[in-house]
Amino acid sequence: MDPDIALAARLATDLDRAFPSLVDAHAGRLYTIAQRYLGVPSDAEEVAQDALVRAHRALASYDHDRIRMLRVRPWLAAITINLARNRRRRQADRRPPTPLEPLVAAGLEPRQSLGGSPPAVAEQHEERRRLAEALLVLPPATRAAVVLRHVDGLSVAETAAALGRPEGTVKAQVHRGLARLRRDLAAETHTDPDSTKELTA
Amino acid sequence: MNSPVRTSPASRTVFQLGAGAVGPLEVALRDLALPAPPEVKAGALVRLGLADEWAELPSPLGPIGVAWNGNGVSWIDRADDPNVFEERYAARVGRPLSRTSSVPERTAKAVAARLAGDRRVRIPLDFRGRTAFEIAVWMKTLEIPRGEVRPYGWIAAEIGRPRAVRAVGTALAKNPVPLVVPCHRVVRSDGTIGQYSLGGSEAKRTVLAAEGLDALRLEAEARAGQRYVASATTRIVCLPTCHHARRITARHRRPFASLADALEAGFRACRSCRPASGSSLAA
Repeated sequence: MDPDIALAARLATDLDRAFPSLVDAHAGRLYTIAQRYLGVPSDAEEVAQDALVRAHRALASYDHDRIRMLRVRPWLAAITINLARNRRRRQADRRPPTPLEPLVAAGLEPRQSLGGSPPAVAEQHEERRRLAEALLVLPPATRAAVVLRHVDGLSVAETAAALGRPEGTVKAQVHRGLARLRRDLAAETHTDPDSTKELTA
Repeated sequence: MNSPVRTSPASRTVFQLGAGAVGPLEVALRDLALPAPPEVKAGALVRLGLADEWAELPSPLGPIGVAWNGNGVSWIDRADDPNVFEERYAARVGRPLSRTSSVPERTAKAVAARLAGDRRVRIPLDFRGRTAFEIAVWMKTLEIPRGEVRPYGWIAAEIGRPRAVRAVGTALAKNPVPLVVPCHRVVRSDGTIGQYSLGGSEAKRTVLAAEGLDALRLEAEARAGQRYVASATTRIVCLPTCHHARRITARHRRPFASLADALEAGFRACRSCRPASGSSLAA
């Protein structure tokens, strides 16, 4: 059974008592969505925290049945991506996209080492870093769709609902996004560091 | 020639499979998941008032612990032993509590200003789950100036519940934020200093002494029948610790055992300390 159904039932019965479980189960997801979309850990932290606070405030205003029927996963993703999009729009004029150095410095990359010999692990880290960087170079609308659909794993319908776009649009954006990621990553493997910088500038 | 950033054949093939079913790129994207930094979880719960943080501040009684959340300061207690602080918090409040290095600057400044007697400083206080009566008692207590005391009956009368003197004492004993809500400034109607949640009468005298009030002398005067003090020049009668009463020179000082006697003698009640509140003359 979907654990979110049980969670929604508990939230409907006693919001304050159940909310820490929601935080435990979903904070990582929300931070991931924000970080993979924004690329700045401190901003992503704030967005994820704001999203949780907003979620609680919203739930406090919903009646019992509405909470019980709530599809927690996509609903939280929608709150998060909207906060992240607003933040990016506000900042768009003020500063250029930030690369991943702060994240690496903050020790948040990678999530886990998959074992194996040290070179293999390093390989894994390098792969993730490059993919995360390539993701941040995608146009924001495309990136939001790819992050929700493939990083977070929402369905096309859920992604479309979260972004307030038609499903066809989301499908096309995800398709274009994946194609561009493949192209960029393939290109990067064959180019020198200087042109890589150009790519991410 | 510049060397390629990455040349391993594996990395090149990984992302080059065609679109369609779940391919390696999709798998790699899914693997971009990150754990939430602890600040995200803890920060959200604290902002929502579902968990608290605490840190130490200095006070006349030694180190005190101040706990707070998004709703305001929620709990103050002695922190000579941090473990005892946390145990008492767990028993009385019960929300998750984590210790931090320092009280947020704004809160620390506000608490310090309050302790120094500045009643204009706003400190958000978390009084969720408390009764309207308790909150009325604590808000009234906040009005007592530094270095002055009022009887329990004065609080009761001022909040419109003149007969609830014992309940006022109970509410003050439950004050979650002593020192900030200065329950040490509320004393028994017979002039004795009364109980104090942060360590009994002795601690209460210490805090009052830090505010410039000699509690032992006050008690002695009360025993000697000096419950009210009037000025022969202004013709106003006050509670003994009222800042107006303390300015009266010895030559013009007229002590009274009862307010009725003072009024009889032609003095009028001070509008600042309102000595009639809680006296037998209260309406």
